[in-house]
Amino acid sequence: MKALLSGNEAVARGAWEGGVHVGCAYPGTPSTEIMEALSQYPEVYTEWSVNEKVSLEVASGASFAGARAMVAMKHVGLNVAADPLFSLSYIGATGGLVIVTCDDPGMHSSQNEQDNRHYARSAKVPLLEPSDSQEAKEFTRLAFEISEEFDTPVMVRLTTRISHSKSIVELGERKEVPVKEYVKDVKKRVILPAHARERHGFVEERMERLRKYAEEFPYNRIEEGDPELGIIADSVAYMYAKEVFPEASFLKLSMVWPFPRELVRRFASKVKKIIVVEENDPFIEEQVRLLGIEVTGKDKIPLVGELNPTRVAVCLGVKKEEELPKPELPHIPKRPPALCPGCPHTGVFNVIRKLKLIATGDIGCYTLGTLPPLNAMDTCVEMGASIGNAFGMQLVMKDDKLRKKVVAVIGDSTFFHSGITGLINLYYNRGITTVIILDNRTTAMTGHQDHPGTGKTAKGEKGREVDLVKLIKGIGIEHVYVVNPYDLKELTEVIKREIEREEPSVIIPRAPCVLLRRGEKFTPMRVIEDKCTGCRVCLKVGCPAISMRGDKARIDPFLCTGCTLCQQTCPFGAIEFVEEK
Amino acid sequence: MTKSIVICGVGGQGILVASDILSLAAMYSGFDAKKSEVHGMSQRGGDVISTVRYGEKVYSPLIGEGMADIILGFEKLEVLRNLSLLKPDGKVIVTDFRLDPLPVACGLDEYPDDVIGWIKKNVSDVHVVDAVKVAVELGNIRVTNVVMLGALSGHIPEIKKEAWEQAIRERVPQKYVDLNLTAFERGCNIS
Repeated sequence: MKALLSGNEAVARGAWEGGVHVGCAYPGTPSTEIMEALSQYPEVYTEWSVNEKVSLEVASGASFAGARAMVAMKHVGLNVAADPLFSLSYIGATGGLVIVTCDDPGMHSSQNEQDNRHYARSAKVPLLEPSDSQEAKEFTRLAFEISEEFDTPVMVRLTTRISHSKSIVELGERKEVPVKEYVKDVKKRVILPAHARERHGFVEERMERLRKYAEEFPYNRIEEGDPELGIIADSVAYMYAKEVFPEASFLKLSMVWPFPRELVRRFASKVKKIIVVEENDPFIEEQVRLLGIEVTGKDKIPLVGELNPTRVAVCLGVKKEEELPKPELPHIPKRPPALCPGCPHTGVFNVIRKLKLIATGDIGCYTLGTLPPLNAMDTCVEMGASIGNAFGMQLVMKDDKLRKKVVAVIGDSTFFHSGITGLINLYYNRGITTVIILDNRTTAMTGHQDHPGTGKTAKGEKGREVDLVKLIKGIGIEHVYVVNPYDLKELTEVIKREIEREEPSVIIPRAPCVLLRRGEKFTPMRVIEDKCTGCRVCLKVGCPAISMRGDKARIDPFLCTGCTLCQQTCPFGAIEFVEEK
Repeated sequence: MTKSIVICGVGGQGILVASDILSLAAMYSGFDAKKSEVHGMSQRGGDVISTVRYGEKVYSPLIGEGMADIILGFEKLEVLRNLSLLKPDGKVIVTDFRLDPLPVACGLDEYPDDVIGWIKKNVSDVHVVDAVKVAVELGNIRVTNVVMLGALSGHIPEIKKEAWEQAIRERVPQKYVDLNLTAFERGCNIS
């Protein structure tokens, strides 16, 4: 049977067909749909873990106990999970252990363009790279077999264009793989230095065996064409290059680590000239160069940004820049993403802006609080950074007034992911930071996944709910306040009071993400035209439902959720609820 | 020959559903099909673009400048934004619908005048269809996307009628199937 699947759905399907027992993930674009899709299969235990490190720890535990397990994460998630990854390379796998990383060339939804192929090399684990959904399914299934045969975790690397492109996949059936019996083996699984020294020798020997496997791996294939030009490419870059050079000879690399050097040498002997087409870093190119083979690559193809067929054609001289369409256009305003109408975060950012606070931020929808007209965020580094960043800034700020302007802003899911340790650090080291946890009862940006604070599992079943207030009070922080994020007066009062305190405090503006309330019937608000002076203060709220029509403000009744933020902001009392008919 | 179609508009307009339906319909018509789309940060009320490609054998799911045969625009400014993707002899099908980006709504930027005029200045083959009006007549603005697909269908007869229907049935929620089939039909007659 055939189906049109995204790369992410295909990975889940491949894992299921390959007999996976356990799947763990923390959501992150472009990886999120892998675990969402895997959760649909009743044979597989799946979870939203609190973060990627814990994901990999749970999955490797399952592997120790003989089960097949998979984790999926976005590229930067692997930074969080890097610690167990490096140990697990030495420990190896009992049940197949597969780590899926989804890189984001072009940074559609990420803070950097890191190339996780480097992780495979530095952690010394094999790496498979599918170039469409069919391969995503096949490689994931195969990854479990490679993992068990070679006693190693296996990485599968997708990119945004593989994860979020759909293509046709031939579906297979599930092969049930029994969970192996647990056998205690401390020399393998307790990596004391004495054990690890021995295991390191094993790892090097394993990688040599895996290299030979990569040389013969059927998806690393030479496609003979014009001998004048040989192209080496991986992932979706292979597809772009095929589009541009239909006649050329190709070496399609699907298992890029360990690097199949003999295969590359063989290919090089058949063609006159070699070009490597790859996204991000010159990973393959450098390996080819190490073999003493002359090669063209990143001298022509950019390190920055995502490729596409046109870009490849222009960089490699098939098309001239001048030949590209250059439409004559007026100024086109940008359309940046924005907080939704009725978003519970909007009010908090209005207060932060009004009080001229310095807000260290974090990763989530609320990072959008940085953009105009809110302009209410000063920093954003990585998951959980806001709390440590705020504490660090306050440490060195001599001016007490300035110091007390600093607040940390973090989402509920991000707080569970990696904010807790920052908060404990702050408390222990005598910090005074006010931490604002924007609790919208979900992981919103990635499409509404549950987390410990919601108490629902990845399968939509009832789990156990972590009480945020009790958790924080348990640390020893006495001042913890849950507030209504739609009440600007209350928000302002509480924030003003808490930033003055010589103790740490936590404010939790709590209301469900407005997108979770889609079924509800909202009574929208309207502008009373006689009272509106056209002062535009309401536009500063940052609500996409409000715009100017002529010299009066107008509220779009289809977008408005009746949250009243604009009404509370209007100095002329010119906004009211639309009367019910 | 591979055909490349760009569907563009604003997050929330049903672009991803539309490109799913088109890809499925291409598959059910016996073609190889691929599509690309964006999720996450790039979706929240921001501009959204999805490309669909079908033919005997499709390599890249993504296209670059000068590769699109057709741009199907759910919001007119977004057509302008993506116009460089169109082939010199390409076609634009657009609904005359305006959604202000937040910077425009806040008075920080301006929406250009006569967007349709600008499109026509650059493209000779432009079809303006009032899909939003039809969707509103049908009682649900959210089916604009499927009305637009109906309008597109006349320009790509290689995708068969039954394939469209099968794709719509598969991709939209059960209770909205009839509404969407009607929307598609109305779209077919619009062009």
